[in-house]
Amino acid sequence: MKNYIKITAAIVALGFISCDPEFETSVEDAGFYESGTADFSNYVAVGNSLTAGYADGALYITGQENSYPNIMASQFTFVEGGEFTQPLVDDNLGGLLLGGTQIAENRFVLAFDADGNPGPVRLEGAPTTDVATSATGPFNNMGVPGAKSFHLNAPGYGNAAGIPTGAANPYYARFATSANATVIADAASLNPTFFSLWIGNNDILSYATSGGAGVDQTGNLDPSTYGPNDITDPNVFASVYSGQVAALTSGGAKGALINIADVTSIPYFTTVPVQSIPLDAATADLVNGQFGLYNTVALPGLVGAGIITQEEADLRAVNFQAGVNFPIMTDDDLTDVTAILMAQGVPAETAALLGQLRQANDTDLVVLTASGVLGTLADPANPLSIIGVAVPLADQFVLTSTEQGRVAAAAGAYNAVIEGLAAANELAFVDAKAALAEVAATGVPYNGGVLTSQFVTGGAFSLDGVHPSPRGYAFTANAIITAINAQYGATVPTVDIGNYATITLANN
Amino acid sequence: MKKVLFLAVFTLASAVMYAGGYRVALQGNKSLAMGHTGVAVVNSAELVFHNPAGLVFLENKLSIAVGGFGVLSNVAYQNEVTGASARTDSDVGTPIYAYASYQATDWLAFGLGVYTPYGSGVAYEDDWAGSHLVNNIDLAAIYVQGSAAIKVNKHFSFSGGFIYVTGSVNFNRNLSRSLTDLDGNRSEVTIDASGVSNTGWTVSAMFNVSEKFRLGATYRSLIKLEADEATADFENIPNSPATPFADTNATAELPLPAEMTVGLSYEFCDKWLFAFDLNTTFWGEYESLDIDFENPAIPDSFNARNYKNSSTYRFGLQYEASKNFTLRGGYYFDESPVQAGFFAPETPRNDSNNYTAGLTFNVSERLQIDASFLYVHFKEINASYDSYTESGVTAPFGGTYKSNAFVPGLGLTYKL
Repeated sequence: MKNYIKITAAIVALGFISCDPEFETSVEDAGFYESGTADFSNYVAVGNSLTAGYADGALYITGQENSYPNIMASQFTFVEGGEFTQPLVDDNLGGLLLGGTQIAENRFVLAFDADGNPGPVRLEGAPTTDVATSATGPFNNMGVPGAKSFHLNAPGYGNAAGIPTGAANPYYARFATSANATVIADAASLNPTFFSLWIGNNDILSYATSGGAGVDQTGNLDPSTYGPNDITDPNVFASVYSGQVAALTSGGAKGALINIADVTSIPYFTTVPVQSIPLDAATADLVNGQFGLYNTVALPGLVGAGIITQEEADLRAVNFQAGVNFPIMTDDDLTDVTAILMAQGVPAETAALLGQLRQANDTDLVVLTASGVLGTLADPANPLSIIGVAVPLADQFVLTSTEQGRVAAAAGAYNAVIEGLAAANELAFVDAKAALAEVAATGVPYNGGVLTSQFVTGGAFSLDGVHPSPRGYAFTANAIITAINAQYGATVPTVDIGNYATITLANN
Repeated sequence: MKKVLFLAVFTLASAVMYAGGYRVALQGNKSLAMGHTGVAVVNSAELVFHNPAGLVFLENKLSIAVGGFGVLSNVAYQNEVTGASARTDSDVGTPIYAYASYQATDWLAFGLGVYTPYGSGVAYEDDWAGSHLVNNIDLAAIYVQGSAAIKVNKHFSFSGGFIYVTGSVNFNRNLSRSLTDLDGNRSEVTIDASGVSNTGWTVSAMFNVSEKFRLGATYRSLIKLEADEATADFENIPNSPATPFADTNATAELPLPAEMTVGLSYEFCDKWLFAFDLNTTFWGEYESLDIDFENPAIPDSFNARNYKNSSTYRFGLQYEASKNFTLRGGYYFDESPVQAGFFAPETPRNDSNNYTAGLTFNVSERLQIDASFLYVHFKEINASYDSYTESGVTAPFGGTYKSNAFVPGLGLTYKL
C-alpha cells in the first residue's frame, strides 16, 4: 500500500510540474529579433500631430495609444526597447480646456442621421483635459499637434500665457518643462538612443487646408512674421531642421527622418468633387444669362485694354450647362478687376462679385469642409443665392493649381533637405510621400483588405480627412520600421495593420 | 457575426480537449494506461464504453469501475512576422467516468455507463492576436449509456445500447479584429447554452478466436447537439445603427461524431497481454459551425470547419507483475481531423504522439485501485485558419502552434 501511494503521488506530481510547451525558437527569446547597429532602449519621437497620434480632429487617449511611435515602441520591445511614455490626455473626447474654457473641439465620430446617412459629427460631452494643468514632461512622445518646423526650436512655444494670442501651443503647454522650454531641447534632454523626426507637414498643410488663404513666405527668412496659414520658406526649414537633427544626434543616437507627403494624397482634398453643382437646362440658361455681359463684354474688354491676358479671360469665362457643373469661385491669384469694373459703371456689389471670379475646373481641389457649403444658400432668405452658382465659393474652400504648385514646390524643397540630412548623418530615411501616394493611387493590400485614402471607407484616414486612422498609423509605423531595419541591419517585426481600427462609429 | 458554439454539460464535469478535434479519449484508467485500447480487452467494467459485448465474458456478477482524470493542457502560439505570442491559461479539465456491469444470466449482461468523450476547454488571454476567433471556450458533453450484451457461445457475443447526451457550451470571442467602443474596449460576444440534450445508440461485438486471442468491434452513433435556446451576450458595442448587436437568443448545432473501433488482444507468456485498436472518428460530419441569431438585424455567423474523418492507432501492453500489481504501458498515434487552412485556435490540434503508462494495485480480492498517466506530444506546427472574413475579404489567421497535455488519472474497480 505504501508503495502504491508513493508511485501514485509521483505520477500525480508529474502532471503538475512545468507543462508549458516550448517553441524550438521563441519570439520571446532574446536575439530572436535583432536590433542591428541601432540601440532602441530609449526611443524619443519628435514631430507634430502625426507623431502625437492626433486623429478625428482631436487628440484623445485611444488615438494616442495608436500613434505610430507607440506602435513602433511596442515592436521595439522585441529588440530590447525600453519604456515609452506619452503625454496622454484625460479622456476619449479629445477636446481641450484652458482654465475651464473649451479651446479645442471634441473628436469626430461617424454618426447616422435620421435618414440613415452616415457622416462625421463631433462627439458630444464635456472634455476634461485642461492644458493649464500640466503633465510632467518630457515624454518619449514629443509630438505637438499644430507645430511647424520652426516651432520646435521656439522658446515660449509651451508658455501657457501665450495660448490666447496664438504665440504658444496648448498641447505643448501641457507638458513643456518650463515656460521658455523648446520642444527640441526637451526631447534632447531625454538623451535618446534612438529617435524619429517627422516635422514640416504643417509648414505647407495649413496653407493647403485653408485653400491657400495664407501667403507663400518663400524668400522671407523671418518666421516670426509668418501668419498661421503661410508656407514656410525652405531655407528657414533647412536651418531649423538641421538644428533639430544635430540636437537629436548629439549624444550619438541613431534615428529615422520622415519626409512630407503630398496634400493630394489625403481625403481632405480628394473627397468633395469639384464638379458638384447639378443644374437643369432652364436654370443653366438663366444663370448663363446673368453672366452674359461678363463673358461677352467685360472679359474681351479687359483683354483689349491689356489688363488681363486672353488666357486669363478664357479661365474666367462662366458657362453652366444642363448636368453637373463646376461652381463659380473666388481665386485670389486672378487679377482683381473690381475697381476697373466700377470705373466702367458696374455697380459696386456686382464688381466685387466679379473682381476675382472664375468657374472652377478640374485642376482645382475642393476641401472637405466645402461639402457643407457648396450648393447651399448664402442668404437663407434669398433662393437665388446658391453658393457656387450665384455666389462664388470662397477662396478658402479651393486649393487652385497655382496654390498646389506652391505647396508642392515647398514640400519638394523640404524633402530634399530631409533626404540629404538622412544620408549625411547615416539615418534611416522614410519616404512617407511615396508610401502615401501608393495608398492614394492604387491602395496597399494587407491581410484582409486594401488600404486606400478613400474618405471613411478606405481605412487609412480618420474622419478629419487629414490625419491617419489607427490603421493608417500602423501602416506608417511599418513603413518606418522597414526603413530602420534596412538602414541598421535590424529585424524589428512589423504589425498586422488589419488588427488596427479605422473610423469610430457612434451616435450621440 | 461569426463563429461560436454551444453544448453540453452536467455540472462539475469540465472536459478538456487533448485528442483530435474536441474528442477526449479518457474513458478508463485501465484502458488509458494501455494506449486507450480496450475494444478486445476483457478486464473490467470499462468495457461498457469500449465494447459492451465483452461484458458477458467478465467473471463477476457485478463489476464497477469509476474514476477521473486531471487534464493539464497547454497551447502556445506565436507569429514570427509580428512578434505576437500567446499562451493558454486553461483550467484543469476533469473528465470522469463510471461504469457498472451486471451479469444477469450466463448468456445475458447489462451495462450502465456515464462518461465524457467530447469536450474542450481553452482560455487565451483576452484580446490576444486571435481573439476575433476565440478568447475562451468551455464545451462539455456527458454521455449516459445503457447496454445489453448477449453471449451466443463461448466464441461470440454482441450488444446494443442506448445513449443519452446532455451538453453545454460557453464561448467568447471578439466581434472583429478591430471593433471597439469609444474607449477602445474590444467588442465581444459570449454564447452560452446548457442542458442541450439528444440521444444516440451503440452496437458492438466480440469474437474470441481462442482463449488467448480476441477480436472486437464497436460503433457509436453520431449525436447532434442542437442548441435552440442559446444566449448571445454582446459587450462593448458602439452605439450605432451599423453595429446592431443587442443581446439575443441564438441557435446552433454541433456534431458529436460517430466512431468505429476495431481491435484485438492477445495473451502471451501467461502474464502478458497485447492489445491493438484502430479507432476512426467520423469528423467529416463537422463541416461548419453556424450560429443563427434570433435578432434578424444581427448577421448570422458561418464558420467553416471542414473536418475530415480521422483515425487513431492504439497499442497497449499489460503485465501482471505480482499478485498485487499489474503494470501497463501504451502508445497511440492520433490523427488530427483538422485540414490545412482550417486550423482554428479554439481546437488547435495537429497530429499527436501519445505515451501512456499505469498500474493497478489489488487492495483486496474485490477492490482495485487504478492509476494512469498520459503525455500528449504535438509537433510544432505552422498553421492557419483561412476562412475568417471581414467585409467579405478573407483575413487568414496563422502562426506557429505548440501544444502538449499531461493527464494523470485515478480510478477504482470493484468486483462482486
